[in-house]
Amino acid sequence: MDVGGAALTSVLAPDPVRSETPTAVSRPLPAWLLAIVPLAFLALFFGWPVVRIIARGLSSESLQVLSRPETWRVIGFTFGQAVLSTVLTLLVGLPGAYVLNRYAFPGRRLLLAVATVPFVLPTVVVGLAFRALLPAAWVGTLGAILVAHVFFNYAVVVRVVGSLWAHIDPRYEQAARTLGGSPWRVLRTVTWPLLRPAVLAAAALVFLFTFTSFGVVLVLGGPTTVTLEVEIYQRTAQLLDLAGASALAVLQIAGLGLVLLVSASLQSRLAVGQKLRADPTETLVRPRRPGQRLLFAGVLATILVLLVAPMAALVLRSVRVDGGWGLDWWRALDSIDAGTTRYAPPLASLRVSLTYAVVAAVLAVLIGGLAAMAVAYARRGARLLDTAVMLPLGTSAVTVGFGLLITFAQAPLDLRGSWIMVPLGHTLIAVPLVLRTVLPVLRSVDPRLRQVAGSLGAGPLRAWSTVDLPLLSRALGIAAGFAFAVSLGEFGATAFLARSDAPTLPVQIVRLLGRPGAQPYGAAMALATVLMVVTAAVMLSTERLRRGHAGQM
Amino acid sequence: MTAALTVSDVTVYYGERLLLDRVGLAVQPDEVVCLLGPSGSGKSTLLQVIAGLQVPASGRIRWYDEDLTAVPTHRRGFGLVFQDPLLFPHLDVGRNVAYGLRAAGMPRTEAADRVEDLLALVDLAGCARRRAVTLSGGEAQRVALARALAPNPRLLLLDEPFGALDRELRDRLAVDVRALLHRLGTPAIHVTHDIVEAQLVGDRVVRLADLTGGGCAPV
Repeated sequence: MDVGGAALTSVLAPDPVRSETPTAVSRPLPAWLLAIVPLAFLALFFGWPVVRIIARGLSSESLQVLSRPETWRVIGFTFGQAVLSTVLTLLVGLPGAYVLNRYAFPGRRLLLAVATVPFVLPTVVVGLAFRALLPAAWVGTLGAILVAHVFFNYAVVVRVVGSLWAHIDPRYEQAARTLGGSPWRVLRTVTWPLLRPAVLAAAALVFLFTFTSFGVVLVLGGPTTVTLEVEIYQRTAQLLDLAGASALAVLQIAGLGLVLLVSASLQSRLAVGQKLRADPTETLVRPRRPGQRLLFAGVLATILVLLVAPMAALVLRSVRVDGGWGLDWWRALDSIDAGTTRYAPPLASLRVSLTYAVVAAVLAVLIGGLAAMAVAYARRGARLLDTAVMLPLGTSAVTVGFGLLITFAQAPLDLRGSWIMVPLGHTLIAVPLVLRTVLPVLRSVDPRLRQVAGSLGAGPLRAWSTVDLPLLSRALGIAAGFAFAVSLGEFGATAFLARSDAPTLPVQIVRLLGRPGAQPYGAAMALATVLMVVTAAVMLSTERLRRGHAGQM
Repeated sequence: MTAALTVSDVTVYYGERLLLDRVGLAVQPDEVVCLLGPSGSGKSTLLQVIAGLQVPASGRIRWYDEDLTAVPTHRRGFGLVFQDPLLFPHLDVGRNVAYGLRAAGMPRTEAADRVEDLLALVDLAGCARRRAVTLSGGEAQRVALARALAPNPRLLLLDEPFGALDRELRDRLAVDVRALLHRLGTPAIHVTHDIVEAQLVGDRVVRLADLTGGGCAPV
């Protein structure tokens, strides 16, 4: 018997799913120094606005909004549509996650890429694509919103669940089969428990995205489909009821916090310490049996009808003129007045958006990169810092925009009408993504390489810039690409912050959509096509950088 | 004497490469055969084919007169122990061992009794409630053995089951397994690349190279 030392050690240190390299021994700069800039930025542009929202939202004047029955209808609808969207997305997405990650067929990678595109599209584009596809009677209904949410979040399930599904050691299932388990029993008693943490993680993400859905609901919804986000926006922009909006924003923050807590505790309770295999492509199976072929065909049809058709409809609708075909709406992009107080032709917003995106990407990579280094090199408090930097992602974009709006509209820092407000909002939303992209790569760099450089006479800073930085450059490029794409399509915060004479592409599109007549409508479709193509191009080239390079979604 | 298991002319390609070339093998009703060969020679693949986890390009698997070639894994009644224990991480030790019993429809309480017997058989009595991840390598592999034996397999396939363990432990387990298999009278194919282990465990030692090219290895 070998119970004793060995067994005791394994109790104390059970196999982790994936071990992370312990933090570096020699670091270029002390972690606290690296953390100063990210923390100051977060405190000023996120922490302070949130405090302002809470202070304002808890005043007695604000809390009156809670006594109105329609407020509770809005809360109920927000929650209900998020639950429905999540369940539907899982039902539609799980077969896709399986087929795209476990079956071998020509064009598998291409199909995976196609399935991912909707997720990177700006929400406004998603809304317009379904306006173009669905019959007019659907607009303003819950059904339209649900379908668009499934479209948008399909990739979340395929990626999050699929990446684990692809890496589950197939021998667990084989072992179960040699023990007499039928295929259905193996799926139920082995595959599902191993997969459950990822399904839960995906469900939590989808719930989070749909609970805070703004662009899609604004474009596709109607008077009966008002979510918290839309209500906050309408109270601010149309009713000028900042007190009521603040109270709702407090509710939103509290609700999201609760969701994050519940999902984190569920995930840690269901976590399974399984061994994962490195190369998932080895054991892909060809769909041969009739059942497998049927499943494959079903997933293919889903991708074509649910994912490809809306995007195609958007493009087609932009060249559909008076029952025929033509480029009239595209030509109008240069001249049409979007109905703003000051004249801003639609195409000018492309330049505005690109400029903001460059600024936001630079800021986000700087701040997120510093934060990643601080987290990687910290002796203590790494987790805390990580969580702090991730906070804006767990808040809704509408809250971020609303907070910046009410905080920096007065002394001591009055940024009203300043162009920098929009890129600042985008930076807050992009920094968490930069952190998640850069941190794993930073941690995977062997700290001994830096020690070798040190032993060859390089000082800590020089060692870092000649060893770590080159290894990091690709991750930084990827992070910049993500930040750029996020900024291009961001709508929730931008809706509050954009200057009326310098609207970004999504803001311009929604404005055009709000005007009567066929021309603005067609122009909105054309402009949404532009935004879709530019965003997809940025994301796909970023994705190319990432190929053959492990990272997190 | 009729062979219990007859493998004939099994051919498997790995991509373009011919991995198993018309392999033939017969196993007697209470015999432990040790299959020897260098790593990468296709020993594991042969076990996978026998277990029904891989479809060969050609060839047949028979159990006495019954042709198993088209029978799915879970209806073959062959147990398989992998190189890694592969205990289901979401189940405790007892439920791991009970997995095959439950799959065969045995009621929970009855299965629990049987699990105790099986754990005693591999010197791990009283460990049923422990979490699978808390076991040491040798313990985990013994649980995997108990789990494979639980549903009374008509044939046991052992794929380098001690390969991941250190020398001393490996030899001890090899002796234990040999005794166990003889006590139960279960025929087995034990795959290894270690000649010492092969001689410790097997009634008969065959080299994979001698089984290829058609025909049947001498019994």
